[in-house]
Amino acid sequence: MLSIGYVLKRLLQIIPTLVFIVVVTFLIVRLLPGDPASAILGDKATDAEVARLHAEMGLDRPLIVQFGNFALRVVQGDLGTSTAVKLPVGRIVLDRLPATLLLTVMAAFLALLLAVPLAFVAALRQGRLGDTVIQGCFQVGLSMPVFYVGLILLTVFAAGLRWFPVGGYGDTYLLHLYHLFLPALTLALSLAAVLMRNLRTAILDALTADYADFARAKGLPTRVVLFRHVLRNALISTVTLFGLNIGTLLGGAVITETVFAIPGAGRLMIDSIYARDYPTIQGLTLVLAVLVSVAFLLTDLVQASLDPRVAQ
Amino acid sequence: MSAGALPFEPAKATPTRRRKLALPGALIAGLLILAFSLTLAFFPSLFAPFDPLKFDYKAILKPPSLAHPFGTDNFGRDMLSRTIHAYTLDMQIAFFATIVPMLAGTAIGTIVGYYGGLLETLFGRLVDGVITFPFIVLVIAIVAVLGPGLANMYVAIGLVGWVFYARLVAGEMKVQKRLDYADAGRVMGYGDMRIAFRHLLPNAVSPALVYWMTDMALCILLGTSLGYLGLGAQPPAAEWGVLIAGGKNFFTTAWWISIFPGIAIVLTGLGFSLLGNGLAELMKVKR
Repeated sequence: MLSIGYVLKRLLQIIPTLVFIVVVTFLIVRLLPGDPASAILGDKATDAEVARLHAEMGLDRPLIVQFGNFALRVVQGDLGTSTAVKLPVGRIVLDRLPATLLLTVMAAFLALLLAVPLAFVAALRQGRLGDTVIQGCFQVGLSMPVFYVGLILLTVFAAGLRWFPVGGYGDTYLLHLYHLFLPALTLALSLAAVLMRNLRTAILDALTADYADFARAKGLPTRVVLFRHVLRNALISTVTLFGLNIGTLLGGAVITETVFAIPGAGRLMIDSIYARDYPTIQGLTLVLAVLVSVAFLLTDLVQASLDPRVAQ
Repeated sequence: MSAGALPFEPAKATPTRRRKLALPGALIAGLLILAFSLTLAFFPSLFAPFDPLKFDYKAILKPPSLAHPFGTDNFGRDMLSRTIHAYTLDMQIAFFATIVPMLAGTAIGTIVGYYGGLLETLFGRLVDGVITFPFIVLVIAIVAVLGPGLANMYVAIGLVGWVFYARLVAGEMKVQKRLDYADAGRVMGYGDMRIAFRHLLPNAVSPALVYWMTDMALCILLGTSLGYLGLGAQPPAAEWGVLIAGGKNFFTTAWWISIFPGIAIVLTGLGFSLLGNGLAELMKVKR
């Protein structure tokens, strides 16, 4: 069981991270060469328009005051107004986020579904043909860019065999799942490769551990030894790795959504870049980073409940 | 040992056979792929049969043939030549995107790991913060603000990438600084910098070097992804991501435009990964 003390301690640790996220997202837009106001308005804007936006954005005040105002607004859930569609950034992001979250969760689920059994096969047949083939395939998978895998799956299973839609998101929940299957598989393959490699090593370590010998010596059937004793211990490091890769998964979602034309947060990011919609880029970066830090928190809690030593 | 040898046979003073230096297979395979990639990157014109940028309206969207082994694109440009010429740009991306983070991160990690204390605490918090940003999202956001293009992509990767090297080196330095030879250096009256960089760093740098190989593979993936999204190298430059993006609208009818540059990415990525695995095995780095 998790101790309340550990949960509280871990919750407090997230505060400096959140402050850091707000500082970085504030500074990103300040990286703009020249005046952000004229960069947002483009070349055709008149000096008066630039001056007005300049004042509106509070750019005439000292940097620390600007940051204070920004942080205050963020805490209240106000991420500014999109310059492209003139709507609150928070609302646009919330509209787009469910698709991205569903995609990421599906991808994570598929990755585990692929990685766990294959890691077992590879570990139990260590050094034999099955192991070599599985490891080889995953090594190639690791070297494939997400957009390339996506294009291939799209062509073969959507355009060619017509098993899946070519793009979009569908209207009902079931259709969402159907539409997101190929994109999720695209994302899952690279994560599965990372997890598989780690889990295989962890299983090999756990198989030769004393407690596994002891469980076998007690006369427990192999199935019980493998699942109750070996898998549980092997999963601990994999959970950590899984958590660390949630950021990569969300990043990959940006590219996958572009390939499969899914109206998610990732697609919004790319569209905002072309529209030079800096408030939206800023807001999205912030929301995605906060999501990742929450995911890290959950990972740590899961890890601590799997392995009580972590919490000490 | 010969049959019937005594159990207490005395150890030989000099080895009769010189120990063969056994290189890991992965290292050799990785080096071969890297040599192949570098040769194409430095001398693309020697191997490319056509000009990668020249339009040929008589040979538009031609499937692979003897004249055009990788086919041609919608402007009649030879895909083999374009894929080969892309080696120059993509190998540059792998190198330039990683060299500054690697050197800076190693230097910072050395200092952080050697001094520890408050510096280490602050650094730990910084790492915690940086890893919460999805790397691609942060790089895309920075490129979006600075403007698309390779130079800005290097800046974006550099701003984030050094952290990972610094963390690896700092972790290893913490172990090294407690060993006897570090104390010996202090007893000899050497300065901190000399001990840290000349004596401890060579023993602490292996994990960072192994990670450098992985990082180059990752940066090729990142660079081609940005190229594909239109945020990295700009068309008509021959860059694998740009080439694949150019063929995406023809994927069902002219698959060869996108498929072959992709194979080049996979092969190069595989080369760096194998090199990393081989180095890890050679230097006994546990990953």
